[in-house]
Parts: sequence; C-alpha cells; structure tokens
Amino acid sequence: MSRLYVARNPRVAARSLDGEMMIMSGRDSTLFTLNKTATILWQSADGTTPLDEIVEHRICAEFAVEPAEALHDAEHMARELASHEILQISEEPIPAKDATSGGAR
Amino acid sequence: MSGLLQEMTERALALGVPISVQLDVTYRCNERCVHCYLDHEDHGEMTTAEIKHLLDEMADAGVFILTFSGGEIFLRKDFFELLEYSRQLMFCVKLKTNAIMIREREAARIRDLGVQSIQISIYSHRPEVHDAITLVPGSLKRSLDAIRFLKSQGLRVIMANVLMVQNMADYTGVRALAAELGVECTLDPTITPMMDGDRSVLSLGVDQNALRQVFRDASLVGDVDEFCAVAAPANQSELESLPCSAGHTSCYVSPYGDVFPCVQFPLPTGNVRQQRFIDIWQHSDAMNDVRSIRLKDLTTCTSCSHVSSCSRCPGLAFMEGNMRGPSSQDCERSFARTGVPSANMLAKKNAGASLGRANLVQIRALPVSAATSAASAIA
Repeated sequence: MSRLYVARNPRVAARSLDGEMMIMSGRDSTLFTLNKTATILWQSADGTTPLDEIVEHRICAEFAVEPAEALHDAEHMARELASHEILQISEEPIPAKDATSGGAR
Repeated sequence: MSGLLQEMTERALALGVPISVQLDVTYRCNERCVHCYLDHEDHGEMTTAEIKHLLDEMADAGVFILTFSGGEIFLRKDFFELLEYSRQLMFCVKLKTNAIMIREREAARIRDLGVQSIQISIYSHRPEVHDAITLVPGSLKRSLDAIRFLKSQGLRVIMANVLMVQNMADYTGVRALAAELGVECTLDPTITPMMDGDRSVLSLGVDQNALRQVFRDASLVGDVDEFCAVAAPANQSELESLPCSAGHTSCYVSPYGDVFPCVQFPLPTGNVRQQRFIDIWQHSDAMNDVRSIRLKDLTTCTSCSHVSSCSRCPGLAFMEGNMRGPSSQDCERSFARTGVPSANMLAKKNAGASLGRANLVQIRALPVSAATSAASAIA
C-alpha cells in the first residue's frame, strides 16, 4: 500500500489561535478553522513525513484512538483539506520549494 | 467581515491577541497628495533586519492580518524581501499602495507571493482631478495600468476613494470605473490631521451638503431611510461596548518602530526597537488606557442621541484633545446622515454663541468719538 505525504500549501495564510489553526484559502480568501486533530495534522505536514507516521507519533500520542481508524480519518481529513487547497497531498515526498518552509505559529 | 472572521476576532479579543496590524514600512512617497497627513522625510526607518525581527515577534504574538502601508511601500528597495518573509510566516498580507511602481513583473510577483488584497488610492476617474490631488502628472494612468496588471493576475484589488472638496463630483465616476475594471471600491470622507497636529488639511473635507448627498445615495448606502434613521437610545449593553478595535485586536507600527493603537490614533505606546512587540501590546500603560474606554465613559457622547450608531473615531477624538471626547468629523457625519445635531455640536453651538459674543466684545471697534478720545489720551 502506498504511503501518503502531506504538505502545507504555501499560498494560504495561517495562524494558531488558542491552539487551533485559522487558515485563509489562497484561492478565494475563504476562512477555515481547524479542530485540534486537524491542527496537529497541519502543523506536522512538512511534505516529508508520511501521513501514517504523523498519525502514529502525533495524533495517536495525543488522543486515545485506534491507529487504523485514526489513519482512515486522517486520510479523509487530508483529502478534504486538499480539496480546499489548504494541504497538498502526494504519494511521493513533496519538495520543500513547493511547500511552506516557515510554518504557521 | 465574514461570520467566521468575526468569530475569530471575538476570540482574539477575549484572548488579548492583536489579530490585525498595519505596518507602515516608510513614510517616503512618490506622490504629494494634498490631503496627506505624513511627513515624507526619512527620519530613520527600521532596517530590513529590524522589520524581519518585528515580523517574527508579531507572528509569535498571534498577528494574522498584516497590512503593509506607507508612504509608498514600493519605494523600499527591500519591500519584496519583506513581503516574501512575511508570507513565509504565513501572514494574511494586504497592501496599501498608489501602485504607480507596479508593472507586469511586480504584479506577477505579488500573485506568486499570495497577497490577499491590494488597496489602491484613486481620487477620480479624470486625470485632471486625480493628478491635481497627487500632484504627479500621469499618476492616474500609472495607477490604472497597475490595476489592470494586478487584475490580470487574478488578484483582489480595492480602489480607495477619499472624498474631499476637489473630487466630490467624481465618486460616481470612480465607482463606474471600478465596476468596469472589475474591482471593489470604497469611499471615505475622513481627512486626518497632519502628524504634527496641523489641522489645516481638514479644510479639504467635504461640507454638510456634500455629506448629505452621499448619505442619501442609495447606490452607496442601500435603504436610505434605514441608513439615515436616528438610532434607538443606547441600552446598557451598548454603553458597555468598545468604541472600536484599536488597541483591542489591532494596532499600528510606524516605520520608526513606534507602536500606536491605530494609524489614526497617534498616542505613542512604545517602540519595538526598545521593547518586544508583545510587551508593548500587553503592558503599555497608554495601550491599557485606550483599552479601558467604554461608550459609557465618553464625555459628551454618552448623552448623545447618536451614541449607539455613531462612527466616532477615538483617534480623531484624541487629535482633538481627548480620546474620551467627541470626534467632530463623526459628529458632522451623524448630523449629515440624520439631520439631528450631536450633543457635541449643540454644546459647541452654545459655547460658540457665548464665545462669539465675548470675542465680539473684544474686537469690537470703539466708537469713533471714544477712539479719538483714547488716541488723544495716548498722544
């Protein structure tokens, strides 16, 4: 089974407010807020760490959830965020030049 | 403001987070607009490194919306470097510019960097009027060319039309031009006193008749009767509310690092060359003084019939001498909108009448016979 890689889309604007990300789409300036799980996914989306590792080391470590179920939910979440051009997803690592290097605080 | 942004702003307010900052990177400018309040000399702008350090501090403090303004931002040779850095920090970046230095290449770079919007000052659709305000021949053409370049990149452009005596007749033309170019348009009759306190530029502001005309233009205000209605008396909840976002969720930083509650509120609260941005934001006595103001605390305004609907700007009030006092420009607007004079206007009228009488006594010419007697006595 192929692994999924996720990276923050450098065209969005983003900031953490009280532990949750607010993200403005670069496409149409729509504003989104991410819940705590999606925020962890966003903050971990460096383009080089596979999604299953993010789920295992960051999400399962934070929440009492079955790894398989968590990965399923995370994949769904990543694809939804990608549909809004908030995240980039690929079956290959995503080079840093295509992803934001600074990250949002 | 979208519902979600409003919700996030309210959360920021509760958390004490400065969610929005305007940063002027220079006061230098390549136009000389007749109504401009700035001193265009460079008195020691922050360096590239200082601004980058400030951007780091602002990101850490939770600033989300960052507006770069000036002066003319593109006069800084490092502006694109600052813009790129701010986008690496994932600010939602807005630009305010006259755009006359933006050509195809700059527009493409602005697009590539993911700028959210570009606000451009357009005073008239007629070159002879616009250029007479900027005092730069050909400036309207340059700005409009820039708007087309930016639009061709798919960017959001907003025309900002400041209304004054010189261009009062032209706002409908500017709006038509904006529609033709497919951009948004804002109209603002506010003229800001000069930074040194000189209020002479206020004479460029439009008069009551002009304001009344604007406030009764359905294409601008929608339902005229509703817009021009006198608001119901303020209830207790409204009297407990905040005058505006200045110092609560937003602030302004000058090219010299001075932090103010707002670009239109020149109360110094600290300097980022000497203190951390977050320390000024959280602990400045001046900032906290601004934060303490509630509508119920305002002198004169609390008893005014417009208090719940007035656009009163505490910064303009500060420039009149009292941040808790009235702002005459906003009183004039409320009067033009509703036909009902504000409490401040009534108080001034009464004071003015008595002052007028006193002045008349002081300057009244002596009767010829008495003057002759006095002259004789001195001789």
